Amino acid sequence: MSDASSSVNDAILQVEHLSMKFGGLVAIGDLSFQARRGEITALIGPNGAGKTTVFNCITGFYKPSEGMITLSRRDGSSFLLERLPNHEIPARAKVARTFQNIRLFSGMTLLENLLVAQHNKLMKASGYTVLGLFGYSGYRTASAESIDLARHWLEKADLVDRADDPAGDLPYGAQRRLEIARAMCTGPELLCLDEPAAGLNPKESMALNALLMDIKDNTGTSILLIEHDMAVVMQISDHVVVLEYGRKISDGSPHAVRTDPRVIAAYLGVEDEDVETVLTEVGDEDVIEQLDTGPDSAHGPDSSSSYFAGPVTDTVGHTEGERVTVSKGASKAGQVDARSGAAARPASPAEAKPTEKPSAEKSSAAKPKTPGDSNRGGGNE
Amino acid sequence: MAVTASPERDIVATPMQRATREALYAGAIALGLFVLFIGLKTNQNISNELILEQRWGLLAIVVVLTMAGRFLYVAYGQPFLANQKIADVATGLLPESVATRFFRLPYFLAAIVTVAVLVFLAGPLDGLLGPGLAGYARFLRALAIIYALASVLFYFRTFIHAHFSALGITALALYPVIVVLVLALYGGSVAAGFQGSLKWVDNFGIQILIYVMLAWGLNIVVGLAGLLDLGYVAFYAVGAYAYALLGTHYGLSFWILLPAAGAMAAFWGVLLGFPVLRLRGDYLAIVTLAFGEIIRLVLINWREVTNGSAGISGIPKVTFFGLISFNVSDPNYIAKVFDIATSSAYYKIFLYYLILGLCLLTAFVTIRLRRMPVGRAWEALREDEIACRSLGINTTTTKLTAFATGAMFGGFAGSFFAARQGFVSPESFIFLESAIILAIVVLGGMGSLVGIAVAAMVMIGGTEVLRELDFLKQVFGPDFTPELYRMLLFGMAMVIVMLWKPRGFVGSREPTAFLKESRAVSGAFTKEGHG
Repeated sequence: MSDASSSVNDAILQVEHLSMKFGGLVAIGDLSFQARRGEITALIGPNGAGKTTVFNCITGFYKPSEGMITLSRRDGSSFLLERLPNHEIPARAKVARTFQNIRLFSGMTLLENLLVAQHNKLMKASGYTVLGLFGYSGYRTASAESIDLARHWLEKADLVDRADDPAGDLPYGAQRRLEIARAMCTGPELLCLDEPAAGLNPKESMALNALLMDIKDNTGTSILLIEHDMAVVMQISDHVVVLEYGRKISDGSPHAVRTDPRVIAAYLGVEDEDVETVLTEVGDEDVIEQLDTGPDSAHGPDSSSSYFAGPVTDTVGHTEGERVTVSKGASKAGQVDARSGAAARPASPAEAKPTEKPSAEKSSAAKPKTPGDSNRGGGNE
Repeated sequence: MAVTASPERDIVATPMQRATREALYAGAIALGLFVLFIGLKTNQNISNELILEQRWGLLAIVVVLTMAGRFLYVAYGQPFLANQKIADVATGLLPESVATRFFRLPYFLAAIVTVAVLVFLAGPLDGLLGPGLAGYARFLRALAIIYALASVLFYFRTFIHAHFSALGITALALYPVIVVLVLALYGGSVAAGFQGSLKWVDNFGIQILIYVMLAWGLNIVVGLAGLLDLGYVAFYAVGAYAYALLGTHYGLSFWILLPAAGAMAAFWGVLLGFPVLRLRGDYLAIVTLAFGEIIRLVLINWREVTNGSAGISGIPKVTFFGLISFNVSDPNYIAKVFDIATSSAYYKIFLYYLILGLCLLTAFVTIRLRRMPVGRAWEALREDEIACRSLGINTTTTKLTAFATGAMFGGFAGSFFAARQGFVSPESFIFLESAIILAIVVLGGMGSLVGIAVAAMVMIGGTEVLRELDFLKQVFGPDFTPELYRMLLFGMAMVIVMLWKPRGFVGSREPTAFLKESRAVSGAFTKEGHG
């Protein structure tokens, strides 16, 4: 665990109080986390937790309702991503991304896909087309260099033999690798990968891990990834942020997150009955008597446990010591929070307030806030 | 174990039974379709009353023909086509293709002999056969010539396929020369050659090349960038009126106004581009369609400037960079400079080479741009706009450059059109023109220059050739006017081509860069774009 001040300096991406609402639907509520330079940060959470929405906010496909996303580049310049136009985020802030449902240029060859990724560089070299049209030599050099870079990444992705095939012709796993190679051709400082291991077999998954580690070690590109495959997450990530219903429920090293009961309850699909077991396991005897909390409403995403139920703090009581009803439906992590909160055990690994977790990983920049903060504008008006 | 099969399963329809059944269905459908179209005809009688004419005989003939066609296709056509795909067990080879069976050396020789006999004995035969049969003889001669030419093309097909562009450009460059030479030999004098070449060079050559150029320009917008533009003719109109107005009012030369017209059309392209940037697919198509109509209506109604529907006439002719003029009254008229006989064909031939040059410029720029980052960005935009944005491509400027570049070539073509006609009016810029240009692009295969050129030749040349169907009068009697049916034939031909090649003549795309070898990308992978 690094100390707070240095972690600010080497943070490449800082997300502060990010909220994203679609009408009355709160997809992300007051999320703050940071990704450190040169590390692989994983963003995990159950389906519908808002992970891809976070990505879309970071890469400019959505404009967040509230919050600040700061990207600091290696040369010291920093960008507020929520203010940049969509296409300038990759171009100026050097953030590249891949997509959950692969988005390749399927009718173009692999090489062309990687050349399109170097568009801005080549545009400049070709004098915005005018000089290039007349065969300007600087453009020809740049063009040759871009092909070399493309070849380099094709080799890394183990696709160089198929360089002249259409991208749509590749098998699924190779398309995933190509998408990463294409993103790397933009020369990013932060690479955002949306479920890169989805649909891969174990062998392909291993190859992907190797590719990601190689990117991290050799290019200095920091990686932020969304992943469901725990083998990938636990093996390669340095730092894990866990979301549930648009809120951060845990943040820390893979090991710390794995043993966090809230994560176990929320993410790893523990049944309600098992929550007791988990909490018993972590030695919380007091909590057990608080557990008879009405019907099993948080069992799966039924209507009341959706985003429409509003912020977790609305439905889960947030005053310490208060007995909590979860019947309006809330997250499993919320239940754990509530119970441990009711047990009034500040030393418990699970903190009472779901959006606030002043652990060492947490950026010191995050200012202390009252639970009311997270209620701002939330709820189902 | 007893096998109990239901009675239906025992019945396996033989092709004959199936064909009979399907023929009956087809007959019923044809009857339903044509009973009003063909069976009844409204007419005026001698006292100017509307009467209903019944043509049951004709209806019966059409229905029977439809049934016979369906029967033959199902009974013989389908099994034949199926057999074509079955390899011989012994040799492992597929049966000979239809084409190799159709084009054989003996048939070729027979065709040559037929042509020779019919050409050399034309005079005596005409006397022998009488005027009716002589018409058939000419028809037969035409068929034999077409067959012989097709055989030659078939024999050299691999060579032609490999060198298509070079051969095509050479053929286009030599076309007027060949036309003049052939007609001069036929007519017996050079003057007759020039005079006869007017129709071939102007109606076929220039007309087709104008559409080639327009379609190549639209290809940048639709084929490469995937933005469906139904109002392309607006830029054509802007170019034509730019030349017509500036040329008549200020007397500026074509060579100054050509770039000016291009720039003006490009400006309008950007102007159209801005509001429609957010639109995609059908919505984009509708707005561009509206833009095309707006331009036309402005041209009609802004009488003070455009002279309304009366149009602008007396547009100055193009000169050869001011050195040689094509106006008979000028001192530097071409016939005076070279001391040759006066003929209007020189101007047409000059215009032919001018539009050929403009076409080649369009092709050159398109090919160059495709290999540049902006061209790749256009194609990437067609494939996936969101992915483009995630790679830092400014999709706004990319779309605008596509609109502007396409519009610029439309403007060039427009100013050429005005110079060629000497007269422009809003009549020339109706929606049908946009539709034809778009049809050429789609028929040729979006993005493919060669395919589009061939499609323009087929579509524009085809409609012109269908004017020459006089021999059909021999078959259907002198009252028959074949010209009226050319659009029907044309529409049928388009339907057939799109069934046979759904991605157009050239469905594949050539990659713009390669590591080891350039392999064409099958049309199955490319997308059409969503606007």
